[in-house]
Amino acid sequence: MYVAVKGGEKAIKNAHQLLADRRRGKRDVPEISADQIREQLSLAVDRVMSEGSLYDRDLAALAIKQARGDLIEAIFLIRAYRATLPRLGYTQALSTATMQVERRISAIFKDLPGGQVLGPTFDYTHRLIDFKLAAEQEIASGVEAQAQPGAPMPKVASLLGEEGLIETASAADGEGDPTEMADITREPLSFPCGRDLRLQSLARADEGFLLALAYSTQRGYGRTHPFVGEIRVGAVDVEFFVEELGFEVPLGRLQVTECEMVNQFVGTDTLAPQFSTGYGLVFGHCERKAMSVALVERALRAEEFGETVQAPAQDAEFVLSHCDNVQAMGFVEHLKLPHYVDFQSELQLVRQLRKDFAARPAQGAEKASVK
Amino acid sequence: MQNHTGPDTPNGEIAARQAMMKVLALAARADIEAAFATLGSLPEFTPMRAPETGLVMLRAQAGGQGAPFNLGEVTVSRAVTECATGHIGYSFLLGRDTRKAQTAAKIDALWQNPSFRNQIEARILAPLRAKQQAADQLAARQTEATKVDFFTLVRGED
Repeated sequence: MYVAVKGGEKAIKNAHQLLADRRRGKRDVPEISADQIREQLSLAVDRVMSEGSLYDRDLAALAIKQARGDLIEAIFLIRAYRATLPRLGYTQALSTATMQVERRISAIFKDLPGGQVLGPTFDYTHRLIDFKLAAEQEIASGVEAQAQPGAPMPKVASLLGEEGLIETASAADGEGDPTEMADITREPLSFPCGRDLRLQSLARADEGFLLALAYSTQRGYGRTHPFVGEIRVGAVDVEFFVEELGFEVPLGRLQVTECEMVNQFVGTDTLAPQFSTGYGLVFGHCERKAMSVALVERALRAEEFGETVQAPAQDAEFVLSHCDNVQAMGFVEHLKLPHYVDFQSELQLVRQLRKDFAARPAQGAEKASVK
Repeated sequence: MQNHTGPDTPNGEIAARQAMMKVLALAARADIEAAFATLGSLPEFTPMRAPETGLVMLRAQAGGQGAPFNLGEVTVSRAVTECATGHIGYSFLLGRDTRKAQTAAKIDALWQNPSFRNQIEARILAPLRAKQQAADQLAARQTEATKVDFFTLVRGED
């Protein structure tokens, strides 16, 4: 029997009012603005953009404010918002080689064209709480170099590629036809899947999930012998072909983080051994995420390189089906919604089982009755 | 639509228009509006398409040069406006600022008009471009200051 249950409207309304109240916190503390979040909690904003799969800093900052700093809730808000907007088209492929670099490091070559540029990094900090930050203070702006910047910064992979030491990708590897390219926002996941769908899914995947999987490959669950070939963070130009105008319109610039992992050799009867790669590209400055994507991406290429698929990080169906935190939170958190009726049937069943158990014949007789 | 910049337009003209659009795309709305306000009396504009915000899917390539894939979406606002002179101005800009898109579309229409182009260049584009270049150069110098200068310690053990 199904019983429609109504009521709770008033409680829900008041709960949301209370949520707004608690979100605001103590009124003698100034309210935080979305601008402040965008400028001063920028890495949280970048994570929300990246996993929300929508590049819009102001929107991500507002979502963080609305979600009281719960980043997965904020990501959910971003995903819901994007569903309300029309799709105007596709951009030209972003060129990370011509990025306006604000950070670029390589762990495989000390001296490389363009050099090691640290940019704004937590690396080499002592991870000690800075109590001076508790008080407002003037912060000096970044030191300016005397030397004229602008030395070209070729991709590190291209340096190895010149000698054929690393697998080189070309655009011909994938179908260039936009209608053929996988798009997880249009088609649900299906397996086996190509590198296009994998890279899109990983770009919006949960950082924590990918970090743990990446770590598992380092600990031996699908080892790939990785080195950071290059990490670069910076601004790339976005261009959009407008049919009515007949040319590419520059839309602006956006920040991305790119990581290329260089992994141990592969070779075949016809191909001399060369390094293989894992690739990670994400919105904003999300370095840990980009590295994790690159590590997991390489692990997921196990089958392509004839490696035995035995670890979770190598299993595309496992990784890609569980990496989306909006899907994951939806299914996990739905358990807290009313399941009164489902549970009634469980209750009935367990009562029946207990009745049967109590009414069971004596032990010796029971053995005889087993069929 | 004889003033429409279409596929037959010379390449130099298209490149110049793209460069103008890029300046507007990278500029803050307040700066564009302040510069636009200095233009004085202008022809009438009629919106041809209501300003709209939508999504554009960003394409990238594996390894930066390999198989293309869909990276994720970005908000884009667009506006199309017709100037009383017949020139049609377009704008497509990252973000949700439809007001900025409307002003940028008007500037695009005026820029196509030879009797306005110099004024647009001098009063709007030149100052915006100078500001952007200064900001880019500052950021580049700050980045450059974080470049690692390796040196090797000579231990003198012979």
